[in-house]
Amino acid sequence: MTPSAWMEFALFLGLLTVLTKPVGLYLGQVLDPRGRTWLDPVLKPLERLTYRVLGVRPDQEQDWKQYTLALLLFSLVGCLFTYILLRCQAWLPLNPQALGALSEHLAFNTAVSFTTNTNWQSYGGEGTLSYWSQMVALVLHNFASAATGIAIAGALVRSVARSAAKTLGNFWVDLIRCTYFLLLPFSVVFAVFLVSQGMIQNFQPYTKAKLMEPIPIQVPVVNEQGEAVLDAAGKAVTRPGTVDEQVIVQGPMASQVAIKMLGTNGGGYANANAAHPFENPNPLSNFVQMLSIFALGSGLTYYLGRETGNQAHGWSVWGTMMILFVAGVLACAWAEARGNPIHQALGVAAEGNWEGKEVRFGIFSSALFATITTAASCGAVNSMHDSFTALGGLVPLFNIQLGEVVIGGVGAGLYGILVFVVLAVFIAGLMVGRTPEYLGKKIQAYEVKMAMLVVLVTTLSILGFTAWAAISPWGLAGLNNAGPHGLTEILYAFSSATGNNGSAFAGLSANTPAYNLTLAVAMLAGRFLMIVPIMALAGSLVQKKSSPPSAGTFPVSGGTFVLLLLGTVLLVGALNFLPVLALGPVVEHFLNLQGQLF
Amino acid sequence: MNSLLGSLRTAVVATLVLAAVTGGLYPVLVWAIAQGVFPQQANGSLIRDADGVVRGSRLIGQGFTSERYFHPRPSAAGANGYDASSSGGSNLGPTSQKLRDLIQERVAAYRAENGMPETNSVPADAVTASASGLDPHISLANARIQAARVARVRGLTPSQVETLMAAHTESAGFGFLGQPGVNVLTLNLALDQGAR
Repeated sequence: MTPSAWMEFALFLGLLTVLTKPVGLYLGQVLDPRGRTWLDPVLKPLERLTYRVLGVRPDQEQDWKQYTLALLLFSLVGCLFTYILLRCQAWLPLNPQALGALSEHLAFNTAVSFTTNTNWQSYGGEGTLSYWSQMVALVLHNFASAATGIAIAGALVRSVARSAAKTLGNFWVDLIRCTYFLLLPFSVVFAVFLVSQGMIQNFQPYTKAKLMEPIPIQVPVVNEQGEAVLDAAGKAVTRPGTVDEQVIVQGPMASQVAIKMLGTNGGGYANANAAHPFENPNPLSNFVQMLSIFALGSGLTYYLGRETGNQAHGWSVWGTMMILFVAGVLACAWAEARGNPIHQALGVAAEGNWEGKEVRFGIFSSALFATITTAASCGAVNSMHDSFTALGGLVPLFNIQLGEVVIGGVGAGLYGILVFVVLAVFIAGLMVGRTPEYLGKKIQAYEVKMAMLVVLVTTLSILGFTAWAAISPWGLAGLNNAGPHGLTEILYAFSSATGNNGSAFAGLSANTPAYNLTLAVAMLAGRFLMIVPIMALAGSLVQKKSSPPSAGTFPVSGGTFVLLLLGTVLLVGALNFLPVLALGPVVEHFLNLQGQLF
Repeated sequence: MNSLLGSLRTAVVATLVLAAVTGGLYPVLVWAIAQGVFPQQANGSLIRDADGVVRGSRLIGQGFTSERYFHPRPSAAGANGYDASSSGGSNLGPTSQKLRDLIQERVAAYRAENGMPETNSVPADAVTASASGLDPHISLANARIQAARVARVRGLTPSQVETLMAAHTESAGFGFLGQPGVNVLTLNLALDQGAR
């Protein structure tokens, strides 16, 4: 790593640390229905009006079943809403490129993808979606799925903080408050900043630019019926032609990108996502985008500490995440800076692996972005992970497979790591032979079962679907790379879908009925089969009486706890995924060293 | 049952309200501020010639092949490269035979164009496709090698080209974020304007 890379990394870690407390404090105000924020004069009337229209009484709390039911119904309705809008795209306004409706399976995949905060892109962005679809059908979920995630995290934290209670809060209140007081104002400021850096925000049709130098190309000759003309050898006949214009994308991009980052959604406006020069114009916009992915998730760890009255616990959880994060960044940056020996043997300078990376970001900012976007469940990309070196690509993949508990998705990261905390406390209890306790709450068979269910569902979905695709014609048909890299493409797709990440080894042609459907099922499983056990866990914890800590209580802060939590996360991840990783990126790394090609 | 129907009604209304606020009010508010304060950026940082014809965007790369121009990086966007309505990378992996063959071809072509001896290694960005396929920049090392060729073909002195190059170099953020790059489109435009 170069000195400037170290400086960028240090600045990132420094700013993230500084931001954690103020964001956490603000989250506390937002997640408290009676909390006050400085935006109250503007937004409080809108909030009250919304409750009246919704018919919600903000002081009426829900138990875990009512909370979960409201959440599931809201997700279902939102998913249907987006599906209908995408299927009707051709008839809806703000479609200057006259783009047609999405196919059934693509609309289903996309609707599920945004409802589950995954933002997997089977669709092509600029070539598939109208301004209306991007701005209404997708952005709704960018806000709502993020707010839902934070709401669940809030409910789970309350379940630990409250003693012998029944209710966890009101889903509608959490949803509306997170959207109005947190996500919307942050997004407006962020979006305007992004425009100042060069991001577009308009409703014009795509611009046609007259190229400075027309490009000579070969155009296939077609007959009067519009069929390709073939020569005697059966090859398509071509004639020389030129391309003399460039069609430049336009549209309401900044408003979408701001929430895509803050809400760890990650679905790109353009196909190339945050690598597109409009979607990430310069190194500064890149840096702020990276910071915004982590901002809310990092603040949530502070919120956890504050609400449970154990700030050291909040920081210990944060510290555990940071250890995993720093290790991931260093490994990925090292592998990418090392480059590809096969290409270097051809006379390419040993400047690192440049395939699929942008000059303005360089090697380090690309590796850093890749690690952040997969540590959080964001999935935006500023470089193409498919073209990373074998070990460089292993880091984002393993990040997702660890459950995206390194900061993680907004809310999802916190409730994900709390599952591991429950397991860690349970393991510690087994070791010392005492009933495990978490912040005064007894952890019993039911809680451990719910936690294990979460771990098993993700593992089963990732490995099950990958195995199925790897032995099926539909699975192999979409591959862009052969050999072990092909397996990694499939594994990455189902890891990303199940983990609700959304980034891809994008060479995989996933816009086929089979992939769209299996990936959608993986996304649904990864989101809702995780949320329901977690809400059940919260429902059980909230009813327990908090007992004061005694001499035998295992402390959930400090070095021992951090090590134990770290060990639990790594052990579960490694036991589940090392075998398949060995067949994919690990074997590819050694073949790459030997110069083996596919 | 009643509570289920009640929740369903709330869910439908909440979806519509949030769609109106986050999908209507919010983007329009950002649009109004953006168009009012940063109209140039909000509309694509477009470059127009003397006749007002759009020749490209400062941020979006274009393909150049003639010797008179600096050449951008290889592009995997669209069938012919630099198709700004179809952004994307090659997505070829480290053990791809296809990628290796492409790079071998590009290395040979780059050396031939710029009169480089076989022993000199070629800048990595010059022979690899970018992530977006629309990368507007090339690295400083890549630009320096091409500067000699452009100067020779245009009958300029190397220092004239280097001065222009420096003027179209976009530095790293605060000197250390990301990496500096030379904007190929604006540099080539400046070269043509100087020639007139």
